[in-house]
Amino acid sequence: MVLSIDANSTHDPLTEPVLAEHRPVLFRYALLQLRDYDLADDLVQETLLAAWQSLANFEGKAQLRTWLIGILKHKIADHWRRSAREVYTSDFELVDGEDGEVDEEAFFTCNGHWNGGPTTWNDPEAALKQQEFWAIYEICHNNLPPKMARVFMLRELVGLEALEVCQETGLSETNYWVTMHRARLRLRECLEIRWFNRIKQEKSDA
Amino acid sequence: MRNCREITALVSQGLDRKLSFGERIAVNLHVMICSRCRNFQNQSWFLRKAAQRYTESLQNRLSKKSPND
Ligand SMILES: [Zn+2]
Repeated sequence: MVLSIDANSTHDPLTEPVLAEHRPVLFRYALLQLRDYDLADDLVQETLLAAWQSLANFEGKAQLRTWLIGILKHKIADHWRRSAREVYTSDFELVDGEDGEVDEEAFFTCNGHWNGGPTTWNDPEAALKQQEFWAIYEICHNNLPPKMARVFMLRELVGLEALEVCQETGLSETNYWVTMHRARLRLRECLEIRWFNRIKQEKSDA
Repeated sequence: MRNCREITALVSQGLDRKLSFGERIAVNLHVMICSRCRNFQNQSWFLRKAAQRYTESLQNRLSKKSPND
């Protein structure tokens, strides 16, 4: 089980276009936390500028993107401090309860068979087009334990590579697999109960 | 023979790393006969797609907001 990463960037000369390649990921990272388009845009701009000005400090020890995210993280933290909003619970220290193990047991019987388990969903593509579905999606995502939600967000919503998520969150590779797997088990179950079963119900009632 | 718990763990990992030949065979044979794991596999792919779609629509939604609200 080896995570690999297509990191050619550290060997390329660091030019503006090379930095700009990371813009979309940085922007999603900022936007998902700030929920403010212009602010996210500004902070990413500032991040790239700061990076450009301090390229000398980047010794290629870290992945370029990890380094950029580090700068952005500081910008975001500064923003929260300035705006005196409730301190953004500085992510990576988040620790989930001890319920993890129990949690996965609940999905399977002791010999590894499904306990209940996934039913067939009716036209999931159609759900993507419905406003109400996205409200449920948010609820289900927010129902995940904080650290799990963060790991899932970094991988699937921000679009970091698995290895980058491990670096960001300090998870070992093994814990990463377990965390992502549990997140999927939980999310899928939540969507099934709150959305897909209801749709089935409404159909059969109609 | 791997059970459902082990198969679904592989399905999850398969979204982030290339499974070995043996692992892929095990998953494919299992989902042929197990509808729940097949559902899990489809739904895991769906979750990935939904996450991307969610982020896209969030970007659209927030960019269209007027600056004063
Ligand atoms: Zn199965």
